[in-house]
Amino acid sequence: MNDFTKVMPTVKFTYALKRFYPDLKEVRVQGKTVAEVLKDLDKLYPKLSTYIVDDQGMLRKHVNIFIGNTLIEDKESLGDMVDEEDEIFIMQALSGG
Amino acid sequence: MSTEKNTLLLGTRKGLIVYKRNTNGWQYVGDSFPGIPVSYAISDEKQQKWWACQDHGHWGCKLHYSADQGQSWEEVQAPVYPENEEIKDGVPASLKYLWVLQPEVNGNADHILIGTEPGGLFESKDGGKDFQLVDGLWNHPSRKTGWFGGGRDHPGIHSIVVDKNNPNHIYIGISCAGVFETKNGGKDWHPMNKGLKAEFLPDPDSEIGQDPHLLVAHPKNQKIMWQQNHCGIFKSDDGGTLWYEISSNNGPARFGFAIALDEEDTNTAWVVPAVSDEVRVAIDKSLCVCRTTDGGKSWETLTQGLPQESCYDIVFRHALDTTGSTVAFGTTTGNLYISNDKGDSWDCLNHNLPLIHSVRFV
Repeated sequence: MNDFTKVMPTVKFTYALKRFYPDLKEVRVQGKTVAEVLKDLDKLYPKLSTYIVDDQGMLRKHVNIFIGNTLIEDKESLGDMVDEEDEIFIMQALSGG
Repeated sequence: MSTEKNTLLLGTRKGLIVYKRNTNGWQYVGDSFPGIPVSYAISDEKQQKWWACQDHGHWGCKLHYSADQGQSWEEVQAPVYPENEEIKDGVPASLKYLWVLQPEVNGNADHILIGTEPGGLFESKDGGKDFQLVDGLWNHPSRKTGWFGGGRDHPGIHSIVVDKNNPNHIYIGISCAGVFETKNGGKDWHPMNKGLKAEFLPDPDSEIGQDPHLLVAHPKNQKIMWQQNHCGIFKSDDGGTLWYEISSNNGPARFGFAIALDEEDTNTAWVVPAVSDEVRVAIDKSLCVCRTTDGGKSWETLTQGLPQESCYDIVFRHALDTTGSTVAFGTTTGNLYISNDKGDSWDCLNHNLPLIHSVRFV
């Protein structure tokens, strides 16, 4: 059985976020859900989660999060489970003009 | 006499753009946040602290300030709606848009108000470190059932007027709900919409559901209030107790978004008309500014220097401002116009800017 308290998946980011966080790079952080991963990311990059979720914790309309090649399902509370070997991709959706 | 301001802050769809006036006139001096929509930009007077409200397409609403006139910026936490609040039953409330920011309430640099979509007014008393939802307004019994979106999906607070002699006496303008007033610092609010006409409602005289596109009060006598409303131009001489229409009977001054008041003369105001709510373009494809100098009894149509053919520009509610004899406005098609003679003649400073959300002299 997994010991979820020690799950440390890898998080990769769209280049677009480097505009706001120039030092942003691929990291391993702690969390057994996407929401927990974001919370841990904020310790490394303060307020980063506010770029990814709105003030109610919902995934922003034009942001996508993938676990591996699969879009997360729970965009409201980011409860999708992640595993030690997972790679999480935080991407911007294609939109605007 | 007031001193004319010499800096223009433009909130645009592609960033904050700055013009400054020198001996050669107004000059473009640069931008901040290139590519990022800035919904509103303003400065306080005492500290010269600039504020920029962002509406980033991907990353949400952000709030920044600069203590060195745009050389560097600090991000602060934008307002957060408390958990479990609802826009209406079953629809969770979250921050959609930063409509307007009132810095330095009555000279207190720590006191800041922000009007937002979906209808929350937020207040900071620590210089913007922390914003709290003004519960008294949010919990107003008319909000969930009587307020609705106008131009955007949800109701928005776009106008804030604070009594210069009493920071607990505040008016706000909401599209669509109307004008509301508090006399006790935000604990209790009541509508101030008598005399307005909401032609888009079954009952045009409804106390709730009016659409003041912009609410302003004269700095020398705040009982004299004006609004460019969805359904005409209205004025009140008694602090909003009763409104009466001052639209032009046979001229273009009627539909529009912005209104600006002369800093000294309580009878002089400017608007930039558009055709109508169904046809939001310049009237007759010609751009004009209308000015009254008799308190709204009559309106002059000013066109010198403005395009008079094939023009589609309109001017959003925060994109018209004045200082001394100077009047400026920015348009939805990226034109920035300036007048140094109170609107008699106009020069275009730039034809190639992004859509302009706000124009403020600072």
